[in-house]
Amino acid sequence: MGAASTPGTAEPGTELLIDALARATERGAHAGDALLASSRSVETRVRGDEIDFVKQSGERTLGLRLFVRSEGGLSSAITSTSDLSEGAVDRLVTDTVALARATAPDPAAGLPDGGFAADAPELDLIDPDDLGVGVEERIAWGREAERAARSADPRITNSEGSDASSHFGQTAYANTAGFTGSYQSASHALYASPVAGEHGSMQTDVWATTGRRLGDLEPPAEVGRRAAERAVAMLGAKRVPTCEVPVVFDATTARSLLANLAACLSGYAVYRGGSFLKDRMGEAIASSAVTIVDDGRLQGGLGSRPFDGEGLPTRRTVVVEKGRLRSWLLDGYSARKLGLASTGNASRGAGSAPSVGPTNLWIEPGTASEAEIVADTGRGLLVTGLFGHGFNPVTGDFSRGARGRWIENGEPTHAVEEITVAGNLLDILQHIDAIGSELLWLGRISAPPLRVARMTVAGA
Amino acid sequence: MSDEPVALFERRFGIDDRSLEAAIGTALEREVDYADLFFEASTQDSVVLEEGIVKSGDRHLVQGVGVRALAGERQGYAHSDDVTVESLNLAATTARAICEQPGGAGGVAVRATDRDRDLYPIAEAPTDVPVAAKIDALSNIDAYARSHDTRVVQVMASLVSQHRHVMIASSEGGLVADVQPLVRMNVQVIAETPEGRREVGFQGAGGRFAWGTLLEGDAWKPVVDEAVRLALVNLEAVPCPAGTMDVVLAPGWPGILLHEAVGHGLEGDFNRKKTSAFAGRVGERVAAPGVTVVDDGTLEKRRGSLNVDDEGTRTERTVLIEDGILRGYMQDKLNARLMGVEPTGNGRRESYAHLPLPRMTNTFMLAGEDDPDEILRSVDDGLYAVGFGGGQVDITSGKFVFSASEAYKIEGGRVTSPVKGASLVGNGPDVLTRVRRIGHDLELDPGVGTCGKEGQGVPVGVGQPTLRIDAITVGGTE
Repeated sequence: MGAASTPGTAEPGTELLIDALARATERGAHAGDALLASSRSVETRVRGDEIDFVKQSGERTLGLRLFVRSEGGLSSAITSTSDLSEGAVDRLVTDTVALARATAPDPAAGLPDGGFAADAPELDLIDPDDLGVGVEERIAWGREAERAARSADPRITNSEGSDASSHFGQTAYANTAGFTGSYQSASHALYASPVAGEHGSMQTDVWATTGRRLGDLEPPAEVGRRAAERAVAMLGAKRVPTCEVPVVFDATTARSLLANLAACLSGYAVYRGGSFLKDRMGEAIASSAVTIVDDGRLQGGLGSRPFDGEGLPTRRTVVVEKGRLRSWLLDGYSARKLGLASTGNASRGAGSAPSVGPTNLWIEPGTASEAEIVADTGRGLLVTGLFGHGFNPVTGDFSRGARGRWIENGEPTHAVEEITVAGNLLDILQHIDAIGSELLWLGRISAPPLRVARMTVAGA
Repeated sequence: MSDEPVALFERRFGIDDRSLEAAIGTALEREVDYADLFFEASTQDSVVLEEGIVKSGDRHLVQGVGVRALAGERQGYAHSDDVTVESLNLAATTARAICEQPGGAGGVAVRATDRDRDLYPIAEAPTDVPVAAKIDALSNIDAYARSHDTRVVQVMASLVSQHRHVMIASSEGGLVADVQPLVRMNVQVIAETPEGRREVGFQGAGGRFAWGTLLEGDAWKPVVDEAVRLALVNLEAVPCPAGTMDVVLAPGWPGILLHEAVGHGLEGDFNRKKTSAFAGRVGERVAAPGVTVVDDGTLEKRRGSLNVDDEGTRTERTVLIEDGILRGYMQDKLNARLMGVEPTGNGRRESYAHLPLPRMTNTFMLAGEDDPDEILRSVDDGLYAVGFGGGQVDITSGKFVFSASEAYKIEGGRVTSPVKGASLVGNGPDVLTRVRRIGHDLELDPGVGTCGKEGQGVPVGVGQPTLRIDAITVGGTE
């Protein structure tokens, strides 16, 4: 399970891909690659004690990328279909070649020059036992999470529901350079979103747990209880006056900051001039306490896979080392544009063009707990929720809606809402003066709690 | 009108009335309240220009069917991209599993209903326009954008087309189909000063019409002009003030404020579950006198419009707030039935792989009587917000945020320096009570909105006249 192929051997699903690529070559394609993504998924939601919905599906999509040679380089086209009948695939090949001929040649276009994944690491991407777990169990987990949320506090008065979902996938890839590979993977999630009410006002929050194995998930009762705690903690929230104070981001919001940064580390943003970091390679872009790593081979990581969307091996890349910017995240194309080598970060669904995405990206944890950082803060803001899209990757300007708790004398006091936190991301990163020890894995991007020495909080 | 859209599914998948009836019949073998089948066959394509050339084109064919069974508050849903009679029956068996009691009713007869209107008739599907024509159009956009100003250093432009066929058959006996074209043009410009300061400007346009509407003649030029203007304005922008101030919103796209602040809170599901800050408030004052907000899915050629929603219900114009009083919610079939009201044609889904939810179509505030210039002059010190990026709302607490892409200080009743990085935050249930002035200049947005809810994106429209709203929190750095 979860293994990449040895190059050249037949892999499940790759026959269709090899056949489609052979037809494409016959019709004039110079090179190309193809992806078959098959999946089965199940999702349940329980609200209170009642089933809200049960959803199940099976899907297969074929994605094709073809290059046609013309003067000045290769021109390309990307297509996909969920109709896998022979006639449909045949038409798709013909249409893709025609579409590629219509676009402009680009000297940087093409498959990677080589170095395709030769190994088949065991990455713990699926637990075969999980395939047999049914709808009833998932509904039971939802009920348990709902019950735990209700019994956590009498002020839990309602719920948006508790969801349990699983996705089982098979990814097969082949290219005209002779590489084929496939792997199986799974992802599971469980979340609860209870509603707390008091004095006519309501607050909700979510707690989630995710993983490649059902056994990696937090127990449903724990998910319900933590969600309830977070919702109740927001009751009685008020605005604070506009001020400049130290701001502590809890692990759920720190990862949102890192997600904003990740968009600016993509080779595409860099060569297009769309990243505020574009001229800062090698410079100190963050405080020396900050080290950021991308690792596509983390055991059981939700972003782990044996090879990337172009067949290159995934790997570990230190992106920021003790504050210094060390590497972009690159696929074959953006690497060529920048005169660099791919970092194995080609991200690709069957129905989309390859782009760059983080695999498992995290900020290395420090030693203090969140509570210790708060205690050390004196007076400031603890952010537990960030909202909206107030980040400009071109300039780094950051201004997002926030909520959380006010810190006074090193203690969290009343809840805070209807405020914004603002600054420039470069300035924010350079003023990180505390990093927590609790790395929270929720998806592919993860961060421990962080404190920024000073930010503008806009409120009353 | 012809039944052409229905015939398409029969021709393409060999799904006839009898197999529809059989699948619904399978679902009804349990004691479900309702069952429906949703078929989709869509083609999407896009061509993207950057660095002066179109390097690649893409084209995606999406097809599938979703089968749903409803029993009380329960929904069972199964979907597959394999559109065959066999998979249809398997999906119906899966969907009905939410209900264990055997059903009593016999079969159902479906009957196709003719479309009595077409809000977006087109002669040529946007996905049928030859890619060469789209590439030519993008090259013209690029050259035109760069000719404006030497500070324009990067142009990214794209033409995105969708041609979506849907067919919905239900246990109520209805069988309706629709053909939904959708186009969108995007222009993003990065401008740089000789000193190395860089800023971005974005403008888009689109709707449910043929490409000719945007690409023929000079129709596309104003979109490019706007993107360039915005990038150049932002090169002059100064840090935004932080704090609570009076805000004037420009007409059109800033209507995203209505969408976030009140629109989502008026969707039927949140109100049926009583998790919305607006739950149980029909008949109460939620906005200043003069504020009337409607959701209207029946506007011709608009991005948010539909002949029928994704449950086959004819769309309509729903008054949400009338002269400041909350009048009603937007409903899909499930929530309407559970709340004892009629569906309003707001049951929408991103694709066959998604459950329908109550969603907005085109949501806007009607015009008032005030002169827009006079509204600006009425503010002593404040913010004039002209363009926005995205927004978000917490339905339960009512708190919303949205980010300005173009905003200016108002000083002494005059619009002065542009500011950068401004976010506005507020409380949905009371923000409209602080509307002080309503302009006579209602505008709808240029056709660029996509709304996200529960991970599903659907095209929507927003709009409003010039508005003055007092005491909004502006999140800047100064």
